[in-house]
Amino acid sequence: MSAVPVLSLLIFAPWLGAALLAGCPQLGPRSSRALAFAFSLTTLAVALWLLGSFDRASTGYQFVERHDWIAALHAHYHLGLDGFSLLLVLLVGILAPLSLLASWRQIPDPRFFSLLFLLLQGATLGVFLALDFFHWFIFWELSLVPAYFLIRLWGGAGSAGAAYQFVIYTVGGSAFLLLGFVAIFAATGTFDFVELARLGADGTLAARLAGLGGFWPQAVFLGVLLGFAVKVPLFPFHTWLPPAYAEAPTGVSMFLTGAMSKMGVYGFLRLLWPLFPGPLHAAAGPLLALALGGVVLGAFSAMRQTDLKRMIAYSSINHLSYCLLALFAVSAASGRSPPAGEAAAAAFSGTLLQVFNHGISAAALFYGVGLLEARAGGRRGLGDFGGVRAAAPVFAGLFGIAMFSSLGLPGLNGFVGEFLIFRGVWGLQAWAVPVACLGLFATAYFLLTFWQRVFHGPRAGAAAGDFPDVSGVDFAVLVPLVALMFLLGVLPQLLTGLFNPLITQWAGHLSLP
Amino acid sequence: MTPDYAGLFFALRPESLLVLGALAALGLDLSVLRGRAAGQRLGCALAIGSLAVLLAGLLTWTGPRGPVFGGVLVLDTLALGTRLGVLGLTLLTLGIARGGKVPSQPAEYVAMMLFAAVGLLLMAAVQQLLLGFLALELASLSLYVLAGFDRTRPEAAEAALKYFLFGTMAAAFLLFGFSLVYGLTGSIELPQIAARLSGPVPSPMLLVAIAMILVAFGFKSAAAPFHLWAPDVYQGAPAPSAALIASASKLAGFALFSRLLWPGFGAAAGQARSFAGGPGWLPAVAAVAAASLLLGNLAALAQSNLRRLLAYSAIAHAGALLLGVMAAGQAGFAPLFYYAATYGLATVGAFGVIAALEREGRCEDIADLAGLHRRSPLLAGCLGVFILSLAGIPPLAGFFGKLAVFAAAFRMGGPAAWLAVLAIALSAVALYYYLIVLKEAWVAAPTAGARPVAVSRVTAFTLVVAAGLIVGFGLEPALLLGRF
Amino acid sequence: MSLLPWTIFVSLAGALLAWAAGRRSARAARWTALVVTAGAWALTLLAATRFVPGPRLQTLVDLPWIPAMGIRCHLAVDGISLTLLVLTGLAATAAVLFSWNIRERAGEFFALLLTLVAGVYGVFLSADALLFFVFYEIAIVPKYFLIATWGSTNREYGAMKLALYSFAGSAMVLAGLLWVYAGGDGHGFGFAELAQTAAGLPRHQQIFVFALVFFGFATLAGIFPLHTWAPTGHVAAPTGASMLLAGVVMKLGAYGCLRVALPLSAVGFAFWQPTIAWLAVIGIVYAGLVALMQDDLKFVIGYSSVSHMGFVLLGLAAANAQGFSGAVLQMFSHGVIAGLLFAVVGRMIYDRTHTRRLSDLRALPLRRLLPFAAAVFVIAGIASMGLPGFSGFPAELTILIGAWKAAPVWAAIAALGVLVAAAFTLRAIQLAFFGSAPAPAGGTGAGAPAIHLEPITLAEKAGALLLIGATVLIGLKPDLLLDWINPALQSPLLQSVMKGGRP
Repeated sequence: MSAVPVLSLLIFAPWLGAALLAGCPQLGPRSSRALAFAFSLTTLAVALWLLGSFDRASTGYQFVERHDWIAALHAHYHLGLDGFSLLLVLLVGILAPLSLLASWRQIPDPRFFSLLFLLLQGATLGVFLALDFFHWFIFWELSLVPAYFLIRLWGGAGSAGAAYQFVIYTVGGSAFLLLGFVAIFAATGTFDFVELARLGADGTLAARLAGLGGFWPQAVFLGVLLGFAVKVPLFPFHTWLPPAYAEAPTGVSMFLTGAMSKMGVYGFLRLLWPLFPGPLHAAAGPLLALALGGVVLGAFSAMRQTDLKRMIAYSSINHLSYCLLALFAVSAASGRSPPAGEAAAAAFSGTLLQVFNHGISAAALFYGVGLLEARAGGRRGLGDFGGVRAAAPVFAGLFGIAMFSSLGLPGLNGFVGEFLIFRGVWGLQAWAVPVACLGLFATAYFLLTFWQRVFHGPRAGAAAGDFPDVSGVDFAVLVPLVALMFLLGVLPQLLTGLFNPLITQWAGHLSLP
Repeated sequence: MTPDYAGLFFALRPESLLVLGALAALGLDLSVLRGRAAGQRLGCALAIGSLAVLLAGLLTWTGPRGPVFGGVLVLDTLALGTRLGVLGLTLLTLGIARGGKVPSQPAEYVAMMLFAAVGLLLMAAVQQLLLGFLALELASLSLYVLAGFDRTRPEAAEAALKYFLFGTMAAAFLLFGFSLVYGLTGSIELPQIAARLSGPVPSPMLLVAIAMILVAFGFKSAAAPFHLWAPDVYQGAPAPSAALIASASKLAGFALFSRLLWPGFGAAAGQARSFAGGPGWLPAVAAVAAASLLLGNLAALAQSNLRRLLAYSAIAHAGALLLGVMAAGQAGFAPLFYYAATYGLATVGAFGVIAALEREGRCEDIADLAGLHRRSPLLAGCLGVFILSLAGIPPLAGFFGKLAVFAAAFRMGGPAAWLAVLAIALSAVALYYYLIVLKEAWVAAPTAGARPVAVSRVTAFTLVVAAGLIVGFGLEPALLLGRF
Repeated sequence: MSLLPWTIFVSLAGALLAWAAGRRSARAARWTALVVTAGAWALTLLAATRFVPGPRLQTLVDLPWIPAMGIRCHLAVDGISLTLLVLTGLAATAAVLFSWNIRERAGEFFALLLTLVAGVYGVFLSADALLFFVFYEIAIVPKYFLIATWGSTNREYGAMKLALYSFAGSAMVLAGLLWVYAGGDGHGFGFAELAQTAAGLPRHQQIFVFALVFFGFATLAGIFPLHTWAPTGHVAAPTGASMLLAGVVMKLGAYGCLRVALPLSAVGFAFWQPTIAWLAVIGIVYAGLVALMQDDLKFVIGYSSVSHMGFVLLGLAAANAQGFSGAVLQMFSHGVIAGLLFAVVGRMIYDRTHTRRLSDLRALPLRRLLPFAAAVFVIAGIASMGLPGFSGFPAELTILIGAWKAAPVWAAIAALGVLVAAAFTLRAIQLAFFGSAPAPAGGTGAGAPAIHLEPITLAEKAGALLLIGATVLIGLKPDLLLDWINPALQSPLLQSVMKGGRP
């Protein structure tokens, strides 16, 4: 138990900012923006401090806060941080202020927008830090409310349907997630993640659930799986994503893809895998196929898009499916002897790195597309631009780096994660690798097409007229991201150092109970 | 055994007082008040009549108890309660008569009411067949006259004639039944009849006799299928007359006939738990009760005339009262009495409201009540209490009456319990038409040209007292139920 | 603790005072009503601070009433009743606040409202089954007149349907109670006594009697398929009345099921338990699907009430500690949330725009015209969806746990109901408040018609904040209520139900 409730501070600081924005209707646009940005930065500030004080050698939870809350449901207020959470907190800390910055030019009434955004930020942090189902679920569900309004009120023409679909899909998945946890509670009497992980590892949970008889144990597993599958998203539960990301305003898309989508992967790693090692192993084959489907179809669908924003959205599906691919490959290999441990470690490392790096690169890509759209007066088709490199060379340079990072060019951050994933999967389920490579090829194809059609060639479309280059705010957003892409491409150990012990521990416990 | 005339006279002081009161009213009207306005004459007659009734009530309360004149009359709890009930209801009727349309011969009107009350008082206490018949006829003849009192309306004449024809036929049946009983048992005193009737299987002749008596009972209580007079009489008679017919006459009638049936013919009752064993009069009464409940409730649904609705609801209530009669063998007379008395209160009140409205204008259809809440909040409020008591909504007395009767029926078990279930189910149907009446009075806006209703102070006081009694007996049912 | 019976008398006296005050002015009537409801609520809260939770009903008043029939005036309270008493006070106060704009016959309106409240207080305090029934029926007549006189859509039909269904349900209850009472030689109507007597009846009679009493009460709770009165009646009712009707009066039925019906006959319950649970889950999903189709916003809320009550009935059918405590918690939670929803739709929207049709509302930029209403409706909506952070979530979670323990399939179907609830609530929010196109950059859309709607009054704000505060408080700290409810589940009667039900 730490003396200062750092983690609570982390979560509630953005909410405090939101409350201030709500309570002071007389704030002007400038002061609203400043206030919101300041509160959003607190996350990064605290995260950096945590980075300093974090004990990298330990695999347990640090800065733990645990208080009794609801006796009748054995629910506690339990927060904790390990390497994985810290990684995600850092990601949120970086992306949130940048997303806010990205919205400034577009949004004329920033007070309400920032209020909702800060609520979203706090809720996202809560998901990554909570270790008891009751308040974890509160954060999980509550994050939907600001997200819905952010998409609905400031989004594009199709935002009504997109936002509705987004919420309904996620709530649908959550309903089954809830049911799953109801069953888990009925079987074990606890909602605590640490406790449940222990019960999952030593087989108690599986035994208790087996007592239900019939298909109910599998149903519980499927329920929890579904809740997370919709969020990541796992093919075929992904259909909500392209419209939602495409219709959302730029800053919101950045945050959605950068941070919120990671909630799903977090759920898989923090909850599904520790609690249900057995059923995951049993279902690993079909799940692998689905992940591969996401990889391949995500990339191929991106190829077919003419709307640039949708293209990036589909590409997000592709990139996130890599994470799931790695995880399912590990599950498929569970129970085998330790030689698989090294591959598993690679797979896990790759997943976590990909989580962070994709956040960075996808956010940058969405920002770039947003900038193109703003310059072109709302159009963002593939054919609406040409020769942007000539019109705005700095922008082309920065955006190009982001694209190549997303492509997985060695030297940039995207490469390490993808490489490790492929290496891990090759060692665990080798047959999946060639299929996944198709995704790589397709990604390369469409990104290069994007690059060529939009940036090269004669100046055409929107770029034919007045097309100013990047300015102050654009720099402020893109430069840090690009810098990180270089930095983490060359020095990935900055990140891996955070979670290596954790990975080792995970990879070491692959035997099924 | 020397007849104790002194005792008889002493016991019958209330009746004598009523007769004296009637004569005094008539006398005064013929002499002093000759030539005065009808309203004034009515007021004086009513004053004398009310005084007589009050004093009679006092005498009843403080009077002797127990058998009188060798058992011809008996002043037990049922008798006492019924007598006081009849007097109270008569007093209330006199009160509402003040606020209604003024009859052309007021003193005669009041006198007939008092004579009817005399008959009803006697009916409550008789234990002898012949005296019972006499009392019944005294009351009935007075009531026939009262029914036809309004010579300006042809409906009144029709009502009176129907009532008279049905009534005399029923009286004939009754007399014939009584004579058969006398032939079978050799006595006209109920205790001796009861003693001589003990035997496992009643003879066919006895069953015929009982059947005939039941016909008369059915007529008197307006139970189906002997109910045909009721809608027309309720519709045609002047409101105070209808009030008396519906309330006091019913109360006394039920008292008389249940005394006949239970202590009297109790041995011939038949099996209570199932009607398969042994013949008796219980199955017949059950059938009549069921018919009344069904017919009364279902026919009332279709009514648009307020008075006919009250008539059909009276038929339905008669069915429930008959259930109380059936259960009286096991549960005593308390439930039956309570129900009948509170039903009487509610009916008097309802007709009182109608009387007050008739003074100002029309009150025939339910739609004529429209906007009563604005025209006269007092009438609307009182009407609400009366109608809700009839519907059986707690905490008004009507609910507890039904509760007591149904509980007693359930404890009898068998078909009586099923009848109670039927009655409970039909009370939901009844709520519908009662709410329709209240909807007009409380919700609907007044029709164009509807004027506020001025209610005479006496009538207003009467209605408030009646409503208050209903509320009071509802909040504290033990006041009545505990007496038995 | 003997403060609590005063709530009944205060409310009845208040009814008379409000009527009298109404003859002077509508303003006097509404202030009288507010003082009375707030006062009664304060009494319940005061009693709650002194309350010591325990397994037994704590007797407040026990006097013989009708000795001839063994009926006693027996008022008692335990944690479950206390929860519902506090809810009644809260809902009544909020209802008065949201009826602030009644001008026509205001005195009679508030008198009827207060009589209804008095009846409800009486039901929750009764410990004698017949006294329970008397208060239950007292509530029926005011309901009819509130709807028929001050209501809106189809009010006379809606009022009559509601009154008749309620009365029919209570008639069934009366028949069942008398049946059992008669079997016991008329000793009395105490809950334990009746249970004891019923245990002595032959098996098929026990099943029959249980069905009568349970389904009689469940009709008022809106069990499928006897629920059709609820949407019609609640839509027809004026705002304050529908807040009370959906918020509290439906809970009378569920409370009757829990307190009177369930302990009555273990044999009967064991026979009917699967049926009840299936009807409950079907109701949850079916009512939700119907709500998804509605064009009238108030009908959406009406059907959502039926769906939420399905959760309560499911909790009761599960017959275990979580099922019961979840059911009572859901009664409280839904009481507050339904009140909030009807308040927004009836008072904030309809009284201003004079339309409740979603197809009309989507053309109005309501989120700009009524921002406070939009915010309140969004909060009420997400609370109604069962979103965590609001009172619906711990309630539904607990019920799901209880249902799962009884039979997993019931919990699974109920979880589906959560999804359907999200769908119809979101649709309603979207169409009602956010129907028009999103604001283009640059403020209000040029050329938007200048619609002027009167601003939200202080009374409405106060009422909304009161209800929102309650749902958030219980959502984050349900222990406040669960600490009362859970000890009450240890009572012998309820324990026997839990053990006698399906293991």
